[in-house]
Amino acid sequence: GACSATAFAGGPVDEQLVIDGEIEMTTRTAPPEGHPLDELISGWHYRTKETRELEADTFENPAMLYVEQGEEIWNTVEGTEGKSCASCHGDASESMAGVGAHYPKWDAEAGRPINIELQINKCREERMGAEPYAFDKGGQKPLTAYIKHQSLGEPMSIDLAEGDMQSWWERGKEMYYTRTGQLNLSCANCHEDHNGEYIRADHLSQGQVNGFPTYRLKQASLVSLHNRFRGCIRDTRAEYPAAFSDELMALEVYVTWRGTGLSVETPAVRQ
Amino acid sequence: AIMASSAVAFGEMAPGDVKIMDMKVSGSLTGVPGDPAEGRKVFADRKLGNCLACHAVSDQSDQQFHGEVGPELDGVADRWSVDELRAIVVNSKAIFSEQTIMPGFYTLDVGINVRKDLVGKTILTAQQVEDVVAYLATLKE
Ligand code: HEC
Ligand code: HEC
Ligand code: HEC
Repeated sequence: GACSATAFAGGPVDEQLVIDGEIEMTTRTAPPEGHPLDELISGWHYRTKETRELEADTFENPAMLYVEQGEEIWNTVEGTEGKSCASCHGDASESMAGVGAHYPKWDAEAGRPINIELQINKCREERMGAEPYAFDKGGQKPLTAYIKHQSLGEPMSIDLAEGDMQSWWERGKEMYYTRTGQLNLSCANCHEDHNGEYIRADHLSQGQVNGFPTYRLKQASLVSLHNRFRGCIRDTRAEYPAAFSDELMALEVYVTWRGTGLSVETPAVRQ
Repeated sequence: AIMASSAVAFGEMAPGDVKIMDMKVSGSLTGVPGDPAEGRKVFADRKLGNCLACHAVSDQSDQQFHGEVGPELDGVADRWSVDELRAIVVNSKAIFSEQTIMPGFYTLDVGINVRKDLVGKTILTAQQVEDVVAYLATLKE
């Protein structure tokens, strides 16, 4: 039948993301050596015009409210030491500029990679005498978004030469290609083999992490990366690992590498 | 229950006993003829076949979203016999390749860490497979 109900997605749009008409974002780039894809493309290119426009204008971007909340938390004293983040790190636009673009990083003490969320918890526990945030709770999402936002436009890259990062990368890669659940699907099935196509109402992207925490219009809130990972795994009808578990940290290392060179878009807007 | 049940009903073939030979599953899994109207529903239902997630079909243009991950299924019954269609739905990996994204709907050869309440269960029941196959058999051009 020539007349079907399919609206072909037509793949990623050929447009340029410039935030506030000023910050030119790298949303398409050549992959690092050994990468299975020919070109790395931000999830922004797979969204509708309306959604893309929301991200391009910081006044329209609904997630900027969370970033402002993050700034408040940054300056708020908490814990037994009577300190705020600002007490030690001062002005985040200077001290945190570019920092978020290079996580996960090797943490020699912990003997594992950590992400921004875990670094925040380290400082809260070890420097502020405050409780670590539980997953997605308290100020975790806004503060993470605030810190990552200080790297807006900066290309993501992580250092695999540090510590044992390479073996975590290997483990993450293994996970990326392992089929899970009753539906028997791997990340690669959807995001490597079929990106650019519609899966029911969803336009599949490459599943890049450069926009996280990301604002999802569907949920009308900010969504953390490990929440997204768990959602995708759950959708294969599988049990999913705990947030910040070794499994999901390995996956974060590997998937972040898969987006090497893409600009940090935090907070990105997605459907 | 909405989900496929692990209890194999009397007269049904258990998933492990289904033989795929020469790209065919010869004969019904249940002995009860498939109902194409029921199969049409299973095809669209997100909790059952959710075939529309990946396949467009003009016959279901009443449904809003059709995927494009797999081929359009208009005229699919001109391309495959009923026994071949049954094999594709039962375990597409045995027909296309191990790499295919299409799930197997009546097989226990699945991914790791299956959700606890679904362990040992197939996506569709044997009768739902028969219904879907009966529906696919109506897709002729
Ligand atoms: C008492 C001092 C102190 C306080 C308070 C503090 N930090 Fe830190 N922070 C440090 C030190 C020292 C380091 C570097 C060593 C380390 O990683 O522990 C650091 C490292 C960091 C880094 C990593 C920087 C990089 O280049 O990789 C981030 C991000 C960070 N802190 C965020 C925060 C946040 C957010 C807060 C508040 C919730 C906070 N810090 C509170 C002292 C502090
Ligand atoms: C059944 C298909 C499917 C599988 C399997 C799957 N995803 Fe997704 N994923 C989606 C859909 C649909 C979306 C939302 C649209 C998009 O951005 O691709 C999405 C979005 C994402 C995003 C957000 C992208 C952005 O730009 O905001 C990330 C990151 C992601 N997936 C990672 C993964 C990882 C890692 C795995 C494996 C553990 C995985 N996905 C498995 C379907 C899938
Ligand atoms: C997650 C994606 C996905 C789902 C869900 C899915 N399929 Fe498929 N299907 C495919 C792909 C992809 C192919 C093409 C073979 C290949 O490339 O692996 C295919 C091929 C087929 C074919 C052969 C088509 C032809 O023209 O040769 C039939 C028939 C079929 N599927 C029926 C179904 C039915 C019935 C369901 C639901 C019970 C279903 N599929 C669910 C992805 C899917």
